[in-house]
Amino acid sequence: MTETFYEVMRRQGITRRSFIKFCSLTAASLGLGPSYVGRIANAMETKPRTPVIWLHGLECTCCSESFIRSAHPLAKDVVLSMLSLDYDDTLMAAAGHQAEAIIAEIKAKYKGNYILAVEGNPPLNEDGMFCIHGGRPFVEVLKETAADAKAVIAWGACASWGCVQAAKPNPTRATPIDKVISGKPIVKVPGCPPIAEVMTAVVTYMLTFDRIPELDRQGRPKMFYGQRIHDKCYRRPHFDAGQFVEAWDDEAARKGYCLYKMGCKGPTTYNACSTTRWNDGVSFPIQSGHGCIGCSEDGFWDKGSFYDRLTGINQFGIEANADKVGATAAGVVGAAVAAHAAVSALKRGRLEQSDGDNK
Amino acid sequence: MLSAQDMQEAAAHGRSVKAIYVYEAPVRLWHWVNALAITILAITGYFIGSPLPSMPGEASQHFAMGYIRFAHFAAGYVLLVGFLGRIYWAFVGNQHARQLFKLPIFNPRWWREVLFELRWYLFLEPDPKKYVGHNPLAQLSMFFMVTLTMVFMICTGFALYGEGAQDGSWAHTVFTSWVIPLFGQSQDVHTWHHLGMWVMVLFVMLHVYAAVREDIMSRQSMVSTMLSGWRLFKDDKP
Repeated sequence: MTETFYEVMRRQGITRRSFIKFCSLTAASLGLGPSYVGRIANAMETKPRTPVIWLHGLECTCCSESFIRSAHPLAKDVVLSMLSLDYDDTLMAAAGHQAEAIIAEIKAKYKGNYILAVEGNPPLNEDGMFCIHGGRPFVEVLKETAADAKAVIAWGACASWGCVQAAKPNPTRATPIDKVISGKPIVKVPGCPPIAEVMTAVVTYMLTFDRIPELDRQGRPKMFYGQRIHDKCYRRPHFDAGQFVEAWDDEAARKGYCLYKMGCKGPTTYNACSTTRWNDGVSFPIQSGHGCIGCSEDGFWDKGSFYDRLTGINQFGIEANADKVGATAAGVVGAAVAAHAAVSALKRGRLEQSDGDNK
Repeated sequence: MLSAQDMQEAAAHGRSVKAIYVYEAPVRLWHWVNALAITILAITGYFIGSPLPSMPGEASQHFAMGYIRFAHFAAGYVLLVGFLGRIYWAFVGNQHARQLFKLPIFNPRWWREVLFELRWYLFLEPDPKKYVGHNPLAQLSMFFMVTLTMVFMICTGFALYGEGAQDGSWAHTVFTSWVIPLFGQSQDVHTWHHLGMWVMVLFVMLHVYAAVREDIMSRQSMVSTMLSGWRLFKDDKP
């Protein structure tokens, strides 16, 4: 029998008091009422740890980097143990065949009862040869491992949308995992990387309640991706007042005005950065004076410059955007109308002349 | 067209028809309210995408962007309610009230008249025809540039509005919940909404020019018809 979370925590020297604090913090971060603290504690005390297999496809490991920096010490020290993270290429001690044997073992032992966390995505071109995992194309390992999983977590923009390796022209045909895995509930936790606390909270929710959190239409947990950065941005008053940074070195930038005109993607990005923030709540991009780049949105690499308000429409030239395209079209139509009006006037003038001649 | 037939019959019986009541009051009212709403929407929408220069001072002293966005949303609501009312009137109004929504695409004569109008605008036809309602070319362009563009702008516009109004608001439920996933993310919806505005601007340019030109050069009234509802014919020829 696998140990419960509580047993692992105690074994690691976590006091009962710290454990209860962790439970209340988790309840708060999940947006649950105080009555859930007891339920979380109870679940942790009684439930066997759910094994997690963490696979890495085409990615940069920024999700893992973020995850292990989860601010709350218990998250860092315990969630990893509590997860029973049985397989993770970058974190585990085992290597080679020994490591690969673990996947097979978990698949057999916990069939239909483990969580598959995927960082990165499989490239499909050349039969998946652009990403090899243990001597085999990653896409094969992914499909196999997902087949017996209870649920799948898509970590980061890579697994959720494709991210930079899927940016145009996507030479390896990197494909988000939900296009490859079918028949399994998939929780998308996009971001490049996702916020550490969001990652640990999603895992904790799934372990505690034995179900996946409520998702929106695009498969993201509503509790963290239900609002835009813009909706909770501390610079929002400057937006509403119409006070914008116009250049990186102007007075407005020093005063901390809204970065909307500098191409901040806060108004179009769903994430918890402006509420949860990063690195133990120290800051987030906008607070540090740089606009949001929209890293948790689908295809954010292909939406023009990070520093443009209006998305570039490069089919009409590299500098074009909706306004330039529209204004050009309006100019052409305006010129056509003027020319047409001139010809019409000439024609009418001649008509009136001939009418006059007839009379 | 029934009224055209009526007119021909009337002409056949030796009576000339000088004027026909075409646009009923709700249609005319909608036209002008809609024109005002679109003007406000285009101007405020442009300034939402490319805001005015910043004003100095405390944020609490200003609400420039807030007012611009409020005007945009208010005009958007007017446009939506007007459009719904206009659809209702298409059912209960006279046959001309349906022209914006129904193209007689299976009628070869209608297509011939589209061609005729094209030739008229290309100066290839010496004399214009008489039409009671919209001429077929106008109807075609209105269907695509007004009806379809408005549907598109209402869907994308209220989807963006619902993002701010957030989950649980009617706009989020009715529009945002499916429009944003359809486009993939919000940024593209912004871009397409912006392009839709320019389609509308192009339409307004062509529409105003054509109305004024036809008022002068065609054989019937144009501009005043949208004020009084009466189509006046300048001659007795059929």
